[in-house]
Amino acid sequence: MDGLGLLGDPTRRAIFELLARRPSTVGELAQQLPITRSAVSQHLRVLKDGGLVVSQAEGTRRIYRLNPDGVTALRAYLDRVWAEALTAFGKTAQAAPTDPEQEDQ
Amino acid sequence: MTSTPTIPPLTGTLTIDAPAEQVFRTFTDAFGSWWPAEYHIGQADMATAILEPREGGRWYEQGTDGSECDWGRVLTWEPPHRLVVTWQINGHWQYDPDPAHASEIEVRFTADGPEQTTVELEHRRLERLVDGQALRDGITGGGGWPSLLELFAKAATNQT
Repeated sequence: MDGLGLLGDPTRRAIFELLARRPSTVGELAQQLPITRSAVSQHLRVLKDGGLVVSQAEGTRRIYRLNPDGVTALRAYLDRVWAEALTAFGKTAQAAPTDPEQEDQ
Repeated sequence: MTSTPTIPPLTGTLTIDAPAEQVFRTFTDAFGSWWPAEYHIGQADMATAILEPREGGRWYEQGTDGSECDWGRVLTWEPPHRLVVTWQINGHWQYDPDPAHASEIEVRFTADGPEQTTVELEHRRLERLVDGQALRDGITGGGGWPSLLELFAKAATNQT
């Protein structure tokens, strides 16, 4: 699975994945990551410039979320979903016992 | 607006030390046992996800509260070699019932030997998901749909 250039940076990818699970503010993202709020803001700017993320003011808060109409965001997100799902599938399929209907004896 | 460019499909391959029949069954019958539970669209937490074992079968999640949310439909059911399902979850993480907005996932299971199977997955026609969204929401101005396509084209070209 290929990643798109903007998600090559592990911190940016972490931010992207957190936003995929829940729209968040800069502060909420910073709480979940070992980086400062200003570092989070910088990464968000790059993601926003690249069309992966959009933001919206709600009262005094600014909420960031994945760009729902973005081709890049959708493809990048599905790329992550499948990478994770196929890894999980591989583990389960490998560990699955032999078909009970064809058990020896 | 010009015609929607095709978005390159997503592909993944893995090799599993088990017979094809077993791998196919794990993928389908036991779908809910391996699909990461955080990837669901219902309001309730996901209890399981079910892929009905027949052409035309439903592919859906079941919430812990008993609610059900469709994900897609089974288009091709050829155990233990091939499976094609639609993925009709759009960018807003909602099921889109319009078949014209359905992306497709094809999974091929190839026996490399009696105890080894290669699984190839392709998620294609992704533009249908976005196309449907853009049609419904209308085309937004700067920073919206057209510029994203340009960005995407650039990203796609830079990939090796």
